Amino acid sequence: MINPDSVGRTFHGADLVTVTQSEIDAFAAVLGESDTNVAPPTFSIRISLSQYESILTQPEIGVDWTRLVHGDQKFEIYRPVVAGDVFTCAATIETLRTVAGNEIISVRSDLHNGSELVVSSWSTLVVRG
Amino acid sequence: MIKVGDAVPTRVFELDRALLKAYADASGDQNPIHQSEEVAISVGLPNVIAHGMLTMALVGKFVTDWAGGSANVKEFSSRFIKPVIVPANEKVDLTVSATVVEVDGDRVKLDLVATSAGVKVLGMAKAVVIK
Repeated sequence: MINPDSVGRTFHGADLVTVTQSEIDAFAAVLGESDTNVAPPTFSIRISLSQYESILTQPEIGVDWTRLVHGDQKFEIYRPVVAGDVFTCAATIETLRTVAGNEIISVRSDLHNGSELVVSSWSTLVVRG
Repeated sequence: MIKVGDAVPTRVFELDRALLKAYADASGDQNPIHQSEEVAISVGLPNVIAHGMLTMALVGKFVTDWAGGSANVKEFSSRFIKPVIVPANEKVDLTVSATVVEVDGDRVKLDLVATSAGVKVLGMAKAVVIK
C-alpha cells in the first residue's frame, strides 16, 4: 500500500535540471523530427517521469516501480522547451485511489525556468496489485 | 480555412525493437518490459510492448507536422488503453489520423485516433495547436 499521507504533498526536486541540445537532438531523432530548435511536445516527460520515480519509490511512499504502468498523460505547454532551460521541478501527488486491487496515483509536474512556468503535466500511474 | 469536421490525412509510423531501444535511451525510461521478451512475458504481457510515451510522442510528431512545428503544440493528452506489441525482427504499424473538433481563432483542437495492428491503442487523444 502507498502511504495515504502522501496525497496533496508537493515535492520539490533537489537539483536544477538543465536541458541540453544533445538531449533534444536524441529525442527528436527517434521521432524523425529534423527541427531541433525547440523540443518535441512530449520531451518534458523525460524530466517529470524521472522525478516521479525518485519521489514515489522513497520508502516513506513505497511504490514498486516495476509494477507500474502509465494510464494517461496530459501536457499543457506554455512555451516550447529549449536547450539552456534550467528547470526547477515541483511534483504533487494529487489523488490516490484503489480500484480492483490496483493503486491509481494522479501526479502533477510543474517545470519552472526561474519564475516562468513552462510546462505543466499530469500523469495517471497505475501500480498493478 | 480550417473548419470543424476537417480530416487530417492518415499517416503510418513503423515501430521495431531498435526504435524502442532508441526511445529508452533518449527518454531515460529503461523499463525492461520495453526491451526484453523474457521480462515482458514474466509480468504477463504477450511480448515486448512499446512505451506508451513513445506511442504518444509519435502521435505528437503527427500533430507537430500538421501544426507547422513543435512550438505550435499547446496541449496534448491521451489515455493508454492497449499496448503496442513489438515482436522481435518485425516492424509494426502505428496508424494515426485526426479530425478537427473545435476552431477558436487560431487555436484548433484535434481528436486523434491511433491504432496498431487494427487495435485502438490510445483513448481520448486530443491536441490543441496554433495554426
